[in-house]
Amino acid sequence: MGRPFAAQLMARTLINAPATAKRGQVIEIRATIAHPMETGFRPGEDGKVLPRDLIQRFSCRYNGELVFAAELFSAVAANPYLAFHTVAIDSGQLVLRWEGDNGFSQTETLNLAVTV
Amino acid sequence: MNTLQHSMKKPASSVKRRDVLASGAGLSAWVLLLPASAASDDLASAVSAYAGGAAVRTGKVRLDIAELVDNGNVVPLTVTVESPMTAGDHVTAIAVFNEKNPQREVAKFALGPRYGKASVSTRIRLATTQKLTAVAQMSDGSFWSHTASVVVTLAACIEGET
Repeated sequence: MGRPFAAQLMARTLINAPATAKRGQVIEIRATIAHPMETGFRPGEDGKVLPRDLIQRFSCRYNGELVFAAELFSAVAANPYLAFHTVAIDSGQLVLRWEGDNGFSQTETLNLAVTV
Repeated sequence: MNTLQHSMKKPASSVKRRDVLASGAGLSAWVLLLPASAASDDLASAVSAYAGGAAVRTGKVRLDIAELVDNGNVVPLTVTVESPMTAGDHVTAIAVFNEKNPQREVAKFALGPRYGKASVSTRIRLATTQKLTAVAQMSDGSFWSHTASVVVTLAACIEGET
């Protein structure tokens, strides 16, 4: 699911979703992104608390309509994993977006073909 | 004679000692219980603040998490809500709160009628053995919850917590 040339600048993602579905079928999307999710409560080697670096928001838009959104806090594990659902309605695109501290943002697009 | 007097005195002094011991034990029990109940209050107040003061009932929600966790750094959890997920009756939001991490919130999710199946999974960190509460808001405005207890063997790193 990666973009080979931009991959070095961006966090790696692993997304598992069906490429095709029947209309009305509930599909599951599982997404992981490589990110430390530094809590801001943990000391580094010098004993000073490491600055917070979290992904705070995640959203999934299906042909532009928001179908799932998440607000993540320091208690979410590193390389945040989310598994969620949506109903297949029309063929189109699922746009997954992560946003967080230090201006972090990343978008991945999936294509979904819906059959009758 | 002297010894008799001494033995007659003894009951009085041992009653005193018993009082002192009892009050001491009571005091230490109170001291030990206070932090635990304060943490639970934090969890309860985080949940009620999320519900905006509305009644949060038990039921409809299931928080699936291992009862015994070896590694607190990565703990899978799934929240499932009983709901037909139709336009008229669906889950609008799910939130998870913890009792003893540095921050009460774990994650908050926004859902809609197009979500299909009211179930969401993620992986979280747990600083210590504690309780977790999942809260779901329905489209009719009602709140439902489920609380689970988790025993953590290896805690997630929070040594720097102040």
